[in-house]
Amino acid sequence: MEKLKKVLISYAVPIFFSILCVSAVLVAKIPPLFLASEIVRRLSRNTFLVLSLIIPIVAGLGLNFGIVLGAMAAQAALFFVVDWKIKGIPGVLVACLMASAISVVLGWLAGLVLNKAKGREMITSMILGFFANGIYQLIFLFFVGSIIPYRTRQFLLPEGVGLRNMVDLYGTVASALNNAWVVRIGTIRVFILPLLIVGVLCLFITFLFKTKLGQDIRAVGQDMHIAEVAGIDVNKVRVIAIVISTVLAAIGQVIYLQDIGTVNTYNSHEQIGLFSIAALLVGGATTRKATIWNAIIGVLLFHTLFVVAPSAGNRLFGQPQVGEFFREFLAYAVIAFALAMHGWRTKRILM
Amino acid sequence: MRVVLEMRNISKSFYGNQVLKNVNLTLHEGEVHGLVGENGAGKTTLMNILFGMPVIHSTGGFEGEILIDGERVNIDSPRKAMEYGIGMVHQEFMLIPGFTVTENIKLNREITRENILSKVFGKSLRTLDFPAMREDAKEAIGTIGMSIDELAVVAGLPVAHKQFIEIAREIDKKNLRILVLDEPTAVLSESEAERLLDIVRYLTNKGVSILFISHRLSEVLKVSDRITILRDGAVVDSGPASKFTLSEIAEKMVGRKLENLDLPPRTKELSDEDTIMSIRNLRVYMPGETVKDFSIDIRRGEILGIGGLAGHGKLGVANGIAGMYPAEGEVYLEGKPYKLNDASYALRNGVVYLSEDRRGVGLLLDESVEMNIAATAILAFGEFTRRFLFFTLYDRKKIREHAMEMIRKLDIRCKSPSQIVRRLSGGNQQKVCLARAFTLKPKILFVSEPTRGIDVGAKRLVLDYLIELNRKHGVTIVMTSSELAELRSICDRIAIVAEGRLSAVLPPTASDAEFGLAMAGELQGGTHRG
Repeated sequence: MEKLKKVLISYAVPIFFSILCVSAVLVAKIPPLFLASEIVRRLSRNTFLVLSLIIPIVAGLGLNFGIVLGAMAAQAALFFVVDWKIKGIPGVLVACLMASAISVVLGWLAGLVLNKAKGREMITSMILGFFANGIYQLIFLFFVGSIIPYRTRQFLLPEGVGLRNMVDLYGTVASALNNAWVVRIGTIRVFILPLLIVGVLCLFITFLFKTKLGQDIRAVGQDMHIAEVAGIDVNKVRVIAIVISTVLAAIGQVIYLQDIGTVNTYNSHEQIGLFSIAALLVGGATTRKATIWNAIIGVLLFHTLFVVAPSAGNRLFGQPQVGEFFREFLAYAVIAFALAMHGWRTKRILM
Repeated sequence: MRVVLEMRNISKSFYGNQVLKNVNLTLHEGEVHGLVGENGAGKTTLMNILFGMPVIHSTGGFEGEILIDGERVNIDSPRKAMEYGIGMVHQEFMLIPGFTVTENIKLNREITRENILSKVFGKSLRTLDFPAMREDAKEAIGTIGMSIDELAVVAGLPVAHKQFIEIAREIDKKNLRILVLDEPTAVLSESEAERLLDIVRYLTNKGVSILFISHRLSEVLKVSDRITILRDGAVVDSGPASKFTLSEIAEKMVGRKLENLDLPPRTKELSDEDTIMSIRNLRVYMPGETVKDFSIDIRRGEILGIGGLAGHGKLGVANGIAGMYPAEGEVYLEGKPYKLNDASYALRNGVVYLSEDRRGVGLLLDESVEMNIAATAILAFGEFTRRFLFFTLYDRKKIREHAMEMIRKLDIRCKSPSQIVRRLSGGNQQKVCLARAFTLKPKILFVSEPTRGIDVGAKRLVLDYLIELNRKHGVTIVMTSSELAELRSICDRIAIVAEGRLSAVLPPTASDAEFGLAMAGELQGGTHRG
């Protein structure tokens, strides 16, 4: 009985969301095949990004709101790949390489800052994201087309300086990975390549935690002081964790955007930070503990809700907007809940 | 005998407060060297210097030199220390709770294998070789004669096992030559401590030199070849263990001259019949200062001292009574049952507590002097307030008048009553705390470490004021302090706490040796009254 209670408490969030999902699906009366195909697609689209959050959590840095840095790097890379008209998989590869290079630098800088703010990593990484957003806007609103040459006029604002709100990837890298290998199961189209990449990342993360570096990351995450006394270079390990996370986020954002097909120049990265973190938490992760399964289950549950919420809202209240509002609300609520739990637990440890 | 380690003229200050003064220490090959001293004598600091702990180098390093095998070395990180073959079992456990025993024993010394990725990206991506690590861990645990499951997670293990795992980790270091054991037996039962001493002897036979820190003096005498005694950051004596007796060591450890304060006479003599508070079997769950079983009768009008070594629970007593930490037990205030775990109940019934954590708990640092003096009285009793229509307002005039009076009386050095408390010196902050306590009209005043971190002159004033409160206003005072001299100068009797229990109640005139033994929990004949 005690044991059952413990299980229920520790899996409270995923259980709650499972119930919510099932009831929303029942209310919405969405055709199951449509739902299945949507979810398979979202799994291949979003899981990589969510997985990028795991390593910093294990390293004790909490939720890395700084993955928006990686997302920005990815978008920046894509803008130029589109401008240089590199098409298909080569375009995706070039974008990934460029984004990774930028992310290494950004992640390194972020890591240095976070080392100065031990114990307050989450809020610091969040503010870093906002700060970087300012620089990002400066570059893509004022420098592109003026200082930085950009040939594709159709993506520029009418004055020829600054990018438009939308940058279209159709005709260049849109669906490049998706279309490389499609398997049809009935009416469901399964994009094998992105799923394979997610699989490889899962293997890599599992492998990483079996290596010396992974062991150091775990040790630092559990207790920085003890790790330091044991001779581990704590600051270096933390920087490495953030750099890996940022690079993974950048690649994840490229995968995500090639699927979506358009870049929402000034918003995509903001949204992705929020929704990825919410998805991971829905999957049962906390600010101190996260696994690959948390990420996968989280994407499954959170995005099921995403798909069905508008129809459910429409059925219940006669307005799809309510469902839209509801899912945004849920995303913030689950993050707020996780942070409150984090605060409560830290306090209990200190007592 | 060959000298392995020499520490020469080591001095160290923390924030201008000198904790080590020209300490010299030599360690021979294969010897056990006992290091004894009161809390704050500098033992742990000295060992932290030897082990290159971050706390030393983040506070400006130290003076003096360390020689290993006669060669000067620069140890600026634990990693360096380990390279020189120095191992340390710290007073607080250095084990990662979520790791298994094996992972902890091999922490940062994991056995690894090549793989494809490590060939490309370098050593840090080598795979851990768990079976080999497990073998090593098993062997190390076997060496110390324990049967601990090497795959168990450390978090759930009993403390004694944790202590032995720490030692197993050090033994597993193949280049180990110097081992520092900082209070290794503090958490062990007698038979376990015995086993630990066996391990110590086993290691010395293998040629490892051991620095042994313990407050259990009989143990130190039994196991050590030589002993060094520290007091107030300086070496008072050093020599072969056969040179000392138990009480000599205790005396040298404590040995301070009594500071003679002329205590004013009482109007009414103390009597054993008139108890104001009786405490029976008090247990307090204060991390690091747990009280396991404490009973005492506090006489009306006395000044009772509570002393003991850090971490033994002397601070827990007052914190438990005042409701700051969860407590259990029976307590009677003037014959009536007293409710524990309720801070406001304590205040309402005249039990006032001045925390040892002055800046954290005791003061509102960014509020004015006058508000600090009045705040608790306002909250607890609604004093210094007046009604205006439906509102309760502060009575600024009354607050100011009262504050001015307290400032004059206690000689609080501030620019004005509205100056914020953060800007005051430590001594003046303590005076503000005392003024606030007095404002609450206490029956019993619990003060913890009232003179910690304040200068000598101010110390005197604080103690004088406590005496005045006691003699003039009849407040019963329970003072907890790490400074024995201070307790002996003003208390009527002193309760010594050791390992969470009342070890002895001594008169202030008891000898240094008696106090030393009581603190070590080794005073025979226990609790006699003063």
